[in-house]
Amino acid sequence: MNPRRKQRLTVVALIGLLVASAIGLMLYALNDSIDLFYTPSEIIEGKNGLKPQVGQRLRIGGMVVPGTVSRDPNSLAVSFDLVDTGPAVTVTFTGILPDLFREGQGIVATGVLTDSRQINAQEVLAKHDEEYMPPELAEKMKGIKHVKPENKSGYGSSDANSYNDKSYDASSYKNSTYESGVSGNKPSKADSTTSMNEGQ
Amino acid sequence: MWKWLHPYAKTERAYQLCVTLQPWLWAGAGVALFVGTLWGLAFAPQDYQQGDSFRIIYIHVPSAILSMGTYVAMAVAALVGMVWQWRTAYMSMIAMAPVGAVMTFIALFTGAAWGKPMWGAWWVWDARLTSELILLFLYFGVIALYGAFEDKQQAGKAAGVMALVGVVNIPIIHYSVEWWNTLHQGATISKFDNPSIAPEMLWPLLINLLGFAFFIGAVTTVRLRNEIVLREMHRPWVQALAKKQVKGAQ
Repeated sequence: MNPRRKQRLTVVALIGLLVASAIGLMLYALNDSIDLFYTPSEIIEGKNGLKPQVGQRLRIGGMVVPGTVSRDPNSLAVSFDLVDTGPAVTVTFTGILPDLFREGQGIVATGVLTDSRQINAQEVLAKHDEEYMPPELAEKMKGIKHVKPENKSGYGSSDANSYNDKSYDASSYKNSTYESGVSGNKPSKADSTTSMNEGQ
Repeated sequence: MWKWLHPYAKTERAYQLCVTLQPWLWAGAGVALFVGTLWGLAFAPQDYQQGDSFRIIYIHVPSAILSMGTYVAMAVAALVGMVWQWRTAYMSMIAMAPVGAVMTFIALFTGAAWGKPMWGAWWVWDARLTSELILLFLYFGVIALYGAFEDKQQAGKAAGVMALVGVVNIPIIHYSVEWWNTLHQGATISKFDNPSIAPEMLWPLLINLLGFAFFIGAVTTVRLRNEIVLREMHRPWVQALAKKQVKGAQ
């Protein structure tokens, strides 16, 4: 490399380094503001020594605690607990929940902190993980936790009816064609696992 | 080691290279996109959680990965242009810019269309989505800056600086889902040792990724040929080429 090119390369590298460190410092300073949500334990125990105030508008993200989803039979009001590693925070919401909402699912809710452990949410979003697998593999690896309730209607077996007790909002895009394209699905197995885990 | 690259600093050789590569790139894009898309949309199994809706991954992920890949390629071209002062490097940089911008747009659009049914929102200002949007604006910036100069030599330099500076955004996009908590899920296939996707779903995704890459390459060669001819109009070899074309058409 001739000296002039070397000099230009050094200049470019230096500028690059400078810009990168400037942006890096900026992001480091803004670190907390870039997070999309508070986790339940951050709401209760505080984040970097700062506790969210009652009345503050915020987002919370956590897992729906199984068995805590309760619905008002006469309206769309619903309440559930969210948890990460520590204590749980209760979220109340009136409206239609996303399709992926279910117990054990990651949820991000936007709302107002009405009490130190309670949030009145205006919006509930479902978070899904980065794992993609066919249903039969999911059963082997995870149990039924994540099997869509709608699947059962397609498989048409009787012992899945218990699901109707819970008013999971059945979504629109399932029908009998759901089965097509799924190779080697074992309906009996799906249902037996379902009923096992359902006895809560 | 890089000696073999040097002839392509000359516009004529770069043009010839584009002519040679182009049919192969188009053929590769056609085959891979056909196989990958058909396999992904019709034959890959459904997802256990998202059913058929997850199939948009076969467009979303390749376009998102290559929106970043194209940007890196653009920045490398800008670096070569700046340090070795190749005119063809700046030309290929600007040839890639709109292609990358379109990829970014496709990634954002398919992401929104996927987010609405799954998350419940078209758009959330989380770190991943926002940094990808910034990538789109960076592409626009490079294109606009290049267009703003009358002297294309100057334009290449200015846009090149912008492209180089913007490359800081690429690791931010990639690691945004790890550094901050986001609504967007973590990386699926860039964990090469253990991708979190079943193999029968992964293969069509990889094939489509290859297909998108070929497609970007093909469109870039077309644009680079145009750029070279436009910029070198006064050169004898371009005029000879034009005469040959005209004769061929008659």
